[in-house]
Amino acid sequence: MSNIKTLVQQLVEKHGKTRNSLMPVLQGIVKEERYLSEEAMLTVAEELDLSAADVYGSASFYTFLDTTPRGKNIVRICKTISCHMQGKDELIHAVENTLNIKVGETTHDKKFTLLTANCLGWCHKGPVMLVNDDVYPAITVQKAVEIIETLAKHTK
Amino acid sequence: METKILKKVDLIFQESNVNEVIDIVTKTVTRSSDDIILDIIDSGLKGRGGAGFPTGLKWKFTKNEDSAVKYVICNADEGEPGTFKDREILDTVAPKVFGGMTICGYSIGAKEGYIYLRGEYNFLLPKLNKQLEEYNKLLKDNKIDFTIAIKSGSGAYICGEESALFESMEGKRGEPRNKPPYPTVAGYNSKPTVINNVETLVQITMICKMGPDKFKELGTKDSRGSKVFSVSGDTPQAGIHELELGMPLADFVEDFGDGDTKAVQVGGASGHCVPRKQFKDTIIGFEGIPTGGSMMIFNSSRSMYNVLHDYLEFFTEESCGQCTPCRVGCQQLLKGIESVKKGERKPAYLDELKKLANTMKISAKCGLGQSVANPFNSIVDNFKEEIIY
Ligand SMILES: Cc1cc2nc3c(=O)[nH]c(=O)nc-3n(C[C@H](O)[C@H](O)[C@H](O)COP(=O)(O)O)c2cc1C
Ligand code: SF4
Repeated sequence: MSNIKTLVQQLVEKHGKTRNSLMPVLQGIVKEERYLSEEAMLTVAEELDLSAADVYGSASFYTFLDTTPRGKNIVRICKTISCHMQGKDELIHAVENTLNIKVGETTHDKKFTLLTANCLGWCHKGPVMLVNDDVYPAITVQKAVEIIETLAKHTK
Repeated sequence: METKILKKVDLIFQESNVNEVIDIVTKTVTRSSDDIILDIIDSGLKGRGGAGFPTGLKWKFTKNEDSAVKYVICNADEGEPGTFKDREILDTVAPKVFGGMTICGYSIGAKEGYIYLRGEYNFLLPKLNKQLEEYNKLLKDNKIDFTIAIKSGSGAYICGEESALFESMEGKRGEPRNKPPYPTVAGYNSKPTVINNVETLVQITMICKMGPDKFKELGTKDSRGSKVFSVSGDTPQAGIHELELGMPLADFVEDFGDGDTKAVQVGGASGHCVPRKQFKDTIIGFEGIPTGGSMMIFNSSRSMYNVLHDYLEFFTEESCGQCTPCRVGCQQLLKGIESVKKGERKPAYLDELKKLANTMKISAKCGLGQSVANPFNSIVDNFKEEIIY
């Protein structure tokens, strides 16, 4: 049995075989795989007894449920007004340069994907960066680069 | 109008632990649900999520529905730009939120409660789940038949809209439903549901602790109680501040501005932009400009074109795309101000765009599309030169 199938079955087991479990199941896959592959969505459809279109319809609605391959670490930088006023552009440029990619792209070694996000809820402490689930408010360019470099070393 | 001086208060973030909250809850549930609901109605508490619906009435309507299954949902989707108070509340005084949910469950006859937490706040999950485990166990020990669980969002502002939130919890696209039926009749799983903002639920616990009369001492006739404000932008005091409701904006700017305040956006991207000349006549509260708590301060170095552009980009990206006025309207407003700025369109085109925004107000299906006219008209009307040149 493929890894994905085992993972989906475990998640369905945990959350229950109902339509209401679709979000937690998809979120669980993204937590492990960083994105939803076609195989993953087809497996979910089968296990939850939904149409594949239904699963894709829900998945494609949500920003955090990516349906294109992503790096092992997802970096999101807030681009909403308060962070804009507190230097998100400089932060984005610095991270782009460090990773040698543009916003929306994934590094060749598949370690990082860089994205922007709408308001992350830290307007009093901008700019803010979210790396996977970890949040870094009031971050300086230097600190952001350090975090990314450290993470690059520790990501296999 | 009442002329008392409104001040800073410290109720919501007053320290509280699980045991103290359980104490308040167990005392409260010795009373009849009707008495509790009457107290909440009497307190004058209005929802803190933005729309300001009277909380007691919402509970009463839901209680009156005849259904074996009902739900209590805590809306912790907090996506409105400039709002960050619900995160702080959940981070520091979460048990009070649980308490409010439990009292609601008892009052309306619900046994299940859910907190819908935005995915951006997933870092709070380990701590919250641990606190909930302890709390749920204490409820059981005290023979209170209610349990609370957390559901996570996945990065969609629209899921803060109550009916979109239910859709999301049901595993569907977060597309708002037609209303009526209202959540009090058919909410999550089409069952009668009370959905309240995080802060509203904390206020419930506080009202049950100190009584409605103490609560009523705060604020004004139309805006009872205190409110947590998320203050950001050009201010030396960016952060979270609890203030009495009903304050004139001029007083707020005096306290929080940097001395050069040009405008304040009250209520987030979907709120209103108030220019300096209107500070004195604007009340922060339900009798003036209601707000979920977002206060963004701009000083004279800021371009209001950039501010409006940012907001419109936000709405264009976050529109669920379900109805045409909003899906196309947001895009056209954004393109419209860009073309006026570039000189491709005459300044008078802004009036056409305002007509479009007003059309969205009456024709869009939900609050997102309906409220784009708030920032659009208030910024275009008050800062026309900045939009054009
Ligand atoms: C686009 C949109 C986004 C919303 N986002 C939130 C939110 O993040 N949090 C919230 O409490 N209410 C939000 N609301 C309001 C909810 O629909 C609902 O009115 C509120 O949760 C009710 O709780 P309250 O009465 O305690 O304020 C939003 C409404 C709209 C139209
Ligand atoms: S107004 Fe916008 S967000 Fe609301 S239903 Fe219509 S398209 Fe969706």
